[in-house]
Amino acid sequence: MSVEAKIQETEPKNAPLSTCTTCPYCGVGCGIRTDGVTLKGDTQHPANAGRLCVKGSSVLETLGDQDRLLNPEVDGEVVSWDQALDEVAGRFRRIVDEHGPDAVAFYVSGQLLTEDYYVANKLMKGYIGSANIDTNSRLCMSSAVVAHKRAFGEDVVPGCYEDLELADLVILTGSNTAWAHPIVYQRIVAAKQARPDMKVVVIDPRRTATCDLADLHLAIRPGQDVPLFNGLLTWLDDNKALDQAYIDAHTEGFQATLETARRQGNDWEALAAKMGVSKVDLTTFYHWFAACERTVTVFSQGVNQARNGSDQGNAIINAHLATGRVGKSGASPFSITGQPNAMGGREVGGLANQLAVHLDIDNPAHHAAVADFWQAPALATKNGLTAVELFEAVSSGEVKAVWIMATNPVDSLPEADKVRQALMACDTVVVSDCVASGDTLACADIRLPALGWGEKSGMVTNSERCVSRQRPFVPAPGQAKADWWIITEVAQRMGFADAFPYQHEHDIFAEYSALTAVAGQFGKRLDLTGAADLSADQYAQWQPQHWPLNGDPRCYADGQFSTPSGRARFVSCENPPARQIGDAFPIILNSGRIRDQWHTMTRTGRAGRLFAHLSEPFAALHPQDIERYRLQEGGFVRLTSRVGDALVRVTRDTGQRPGTAFMPMHWTDQFSRRARVDALVPARLDPHSGQPAFKHTPVNVSDWQPRWHGWLFTAASPPAVEYWARVPVDAFLQAGQVQRYRLAGDADLTEQQLHDWLPQAAQWLALNDPATGHYRRAALDKDGHLLAWLAIGETLPVCDVDWLADCFAVEADIQHMAILAGQPADAGPDLGPVICSCFQVRQKTIEGVVEEGADSVEAIGKGCQAGTNCGSCIPELRGLLETCTS
Amino acid sequence: MKRLVVVGNGMAACRLLEELTRLAPDLYQITVVGDEPFAGYNRVMLSPLLGGGTDEKTITTHPHQWYRDRNIRLITGTPVVAIHRRRRQVETAAGHLLDYDRLLLATGAAPRQLPVEGVTLDGVVSFRDLYDVRRLLSLPAARVVVVGGGFLGLEAADALVKQGHDVTLVHSRGHLLNQQLDESAGHRLQQDLEARGLKFVMQARTQSIEDNGQGAVAAVHLADGQRLPADYVVQAVGIVPRAELAASAGLTVNQGVRVDDTLQTFDPAIYAIGECVEHRERTFGLVAPLYEQASVCASHLAELGHRRYLYADSATRLKISGIDLVSCGDFLGDRGKGTEQGETLQLNLPGSYRRVQIRDNRVVGMVLYGDVSDAPFFEKLWKEKTDIGALREALLLGEVFCKRPGDSDEHSEEVAA
Repeated sequence: MSVEAKIQETEPKNAPLSTCTTCPYCGVGCGIRTDGVTLKGDTQHPANAGRLCVKGSSVLETLGDQDRLLNPEVDGEVVSWDQALDEVAGRFRRIVDEHGPDAVAFYVSGQLLTEDYYVANKLMKGYIGSANIDTNSRLCMSSAVVAHKRAFGEDVVPGCYEDLELADLVILTGSNTAWAHPIVYQRIVAAKQARPDMKVVVIDPRRTATCDLADLHLAIRPGQDVPLFNGLLTWLDDNKALDQAYIDAHTEGFQATLETARRQGNDWEALAAKMGVSKVDLTTFYHWFAACERTVTVFSQGVNQARNGSDQGNAIINAHLATGRVGKSGASPFSITGQPNAMGGREVGGLANQLAVHLDIDNPAHHAAVADFWQAPALATKNGLTAVELFEAVSSGEVKAVWIMATNPVDSLPEADKVRQALMACDTVVVSDCVASGDTLACADIRLPALGWGEKSGMVTNSERCVSRQRPFVPAPGQAKADWWIITEVAQRMGFADAFPYQHEHDIFAEYSALTAVAGQFGKRLDLTGAADLSADQYAQWQPQHWPLNGDPRCYADGQFSTPSGRARFVSCENPPARQIGDAFPIILNSGRIRDQWHTMTRTGRAGRLFAHLSEPFAALHPQDIERYRLQEGGFVRLTSRVGDALVRVTRDTGQRPGTAFMPMHWTDQFSRRARVDALVPARLDPHSGQPAFKHTPVNVSDWQPRWHGWLFTAASPPAVEYWARVPVDAFLQAGQVQRYRLAGDADLTEQQLHDWLPQAAQWLALNDPATGHYRRAALDKDGHLLAWLAIGETLPVCDVDWLADCFAVEADIQHMAILAGQPADAGPDLGPVICSCFQVRQKTIEGVVEEGADSVEAIGKGCQAGTNCGSCIPELRGLLETCTS
Repeated sequence: MKRLVVVGNGMAACRLLEELTRLAPDLYQITVVGDEPFAGYNRVMLSPLLGGGTDEKTITTHPHQWYRDRNIRLITGTPVVAIHRRRRQVETAAGHLLDYDRLLLATGAAPRQLPVEGVTLDGVVSFRDLYDVRRLLSLPAARVVVVGGGFLGLEAADALVKQGHDVTLVHSRGHLLNQQLDESAGHRLQQDLEARGLKFVMQARTQSIEDNGQGAVAAVHLADGQRLPADYVVQAVGIVPRAELAASAGLTVNQGVRVDDTLQTFDPAIYAIGECVEHRERTFGLVAPLYEQASVCASHLAELGHRRYLYADSATRLKISGIDLVSCGDFLGDRGKGTEQGETLQLNLPGSYRRVQIRDNRVVGMVLYGDVSDAPFFEKLWKEKTDIGALREALLLGEVFCKRPGDSDEHSEEVAA
């Protein structure tokens, strides 16, 4: 029985909002109810209790077959699944046989479901025999994983969302929660409204939207989290605010850690100055931390994506251990993840330095237990290549075949241009994706159409360890298949059919849940054993549950940790070395999310309304820097770093620290000419986690003043100009989604270039004003339908964006003059037909003249010129005179 | 009552009679002498008549009854052959001797003759009056060569195509209507007319017309050696003021009958209007200035004379085969000197073309082809020398889009909300 048939069996279709699933976006993991037409937050889901953010609310607008990858392709040719799977299995098998298992790699994603992840991990580590499987979670969470493992002996987030509502002090550090995790932020907002005494501290070099909620914003210099939290530890010690009993009973390594922390001294004035904040603000924060037993510290990418991201995480956890605030109601450190299933991936072991179920590759006992459970013939014995290393190995030829699933490393890895070059040169690049065009897909030899959200079925784990079902409610487009199915088929064709007998995602989840029993043998908290005997029906009916299943939603409240000694470990965190800002690259560039976009926009980029907030890639700079570097607000800035460059718009933001800039991470070559922030970011990694330092790129900025600006509307790809950025104008157009491009350029766009660019145009409407450089063009096909609309000028030409978008849907009768105008003709009152064509005088005008007393043809002519030239309308004028006067 | 004799019964004369009989119905005993055997008709409508789009009755603007109603004596079908100024008397070919106190010359213009051998052959015709049209309408399906790509030639050629003839138009310049259109519009017109079956030979000078041996047309020979077989030749290479009568009466004649700003000739009893006159070294071929002359002249004849005729440049409005054309001013931006100055704005749409020439932020000329709905708007800007700086982006799109120059697009410049 096919997957689809089973779904139909268990999930009745077309019942009102009958499908309970979770949002495909951030790590909050909100529940959604939908019937495919309308969508609401799931009031029963513990993460959101019915709330949804703008991205989640508009997710249905991103569905549809447009730009979907529908068929398997090998070397550019559409092939059958059998051919494609044989090809993947054959090529991987050949390379493994010739060069050994470490010559192949998988690069997977927090967008995969737990079942997909589990199968991929089992195939690579257990059967191919290499640990070369890493995930894009390396880019967002791996420092937190290291911090958790070092402190707790296991990658466990101790708290849950409810703690944010129970806390008296919520610290948000390295997190623009308002934009990146909107529902978590809304829960804090609601809690603070209910309990105004609750305090919120935001620690961020930028004044972000999250600061609206803050009682205190500590705008520390970038990279100062360790000194800040080391200072906190010292301050707690100085002020007798430590929980010595907890430290003694449940932790180890405190003294060494405190000594390291104290090394920077306790001159709060000097420390505040070093961090770039006032002493009052600094000590206020320390006071509040000391005073509030119920304190939650939320940390996210601003902490993780640094060269010392692991230490930054541990510095935070140290302060919580020193005050006994871990896993307690309203008191915990709280790493929140970026992706919907980053946590699920970490659980199954989808990182190159994990084995499976929170166990380690280099631990012989762990290794033996997992090998036994899987009956794995070749279980990897050493850690694999982490994301950045992996693509360096592709570049060097060490890795000869890479299979990329549901992620876009050509845009998301540091030194992204190098990644592209590496993939272009690689022997075999397989990409599984649900979209047809993307910067990584462009490098693929083999493309495999995967199911997307709303089609696929399986489990995800959110930031608070809550395991939820994603359920399908729309049919698979074209030949698209579930990732677990694709991997399973390849595993079978590589000769591992016995170990990969999966018929349904339920089979996989049950096996994975059973494997967590092995984790339990080694004292791990990860425990899904209660689901190991789940029936298919129970799997279908799964309700969101925290792991450990049937337990407290919190971990470690009892002070018993996952380390061999059962004690939590303090980790000494050295302050990072002071870095000189060079003249060549004087600005520190930070990158991150904006409110309405997600990752590389493959989904959010399909919904026009998600661009209403921020429509173009930009660099936000402080007004002082805009002036200092002679930039123009709203103008263009070229950013260059040691490894790359970008061209984006300038946004003025007093929330930036002078000397810093912020760029969104979302824009790819599919959405703008040159706005990939990660092309700028050098590959500098945290030594423990391998996570790149995305938040701290030295760059130079320079003004670019294009000779012309323009608008382009078309479903075609843009012509070659220096700057373009696009926005979809209508998500539901069938005939190819029309995009609105903002253009700018220096070089003239010649007539010949335009004709070469759009050879299918049968007619070009044109308006030329060469003296001012103002040009407009509308291209029509042979049936008169609009194919493209272009207007350029020294300043941005005026047009009515919404009206123009509608023109693309109009079947006929396109009013040419209005089209070129880019706005509807407001014809004014209807004056009837033209009577005098020489002077274009219309009937109502003539009648008006007659009513005012004109009694002859000559008098009409005096009144309105009608009939005073060729006279051919005079008979009609006589007729009008008679009818009006009779 | 004073006696007024009007020589000519064309559009200028008719317009004058209308004005005069309205201003001073009882001042004159009026006699009109027309050499055509018709009452007053609208010459502009001859093309539609030839093309089958109207009939003679419809284009007759002033039937015989109209003259009778105003006690005007109308003598048709005979030309005036002499003016006896001392006796204040005119003489017609039919022998009428008509005394006058005031004489008005409105003798119009004649088609310019091709200065080539064979122009007098049978089958070489003009396109000027109702008689010509009747003759052209009576032709059996034939090969016709029209010489001249100006307004009249095009109208004749287009009408003849509609009548089913095989028509080739020969024009001496690179594009049609070169007095009124720039190259783009001229080429468009050619394409549009070609699509309707008209053939063109451009940049072609007519060398001679070949005799078929029986005194009739056999072919047209061009300077480059081409031979165009033809049964008929329509010559449409411009008009010449008909001023022989005035000249023979001793009035001052240059290109046309010289008149002053009151439309008076050098003889205070004699006025002249229309295509036969020369006013301030200018002759006339379009209807608008003729009407203005008629109006000014009528006021003087009515003895209410205080107005002066001053030529006002106005837009030329033409309609060829249903295609509207308007042109005015220095539309090439070369001030007639061949080297372009200023700035050109152009709009190209299917079936429609606009060119507006700008100098110092002012419209100095234009060509409109096809959609001429905005001609009055552009003409006003041109005449009033309006500063078009603020309108420039939408100018060519017309008045409707110029009314809202301040509209801006909410998405236009904001990157960040």
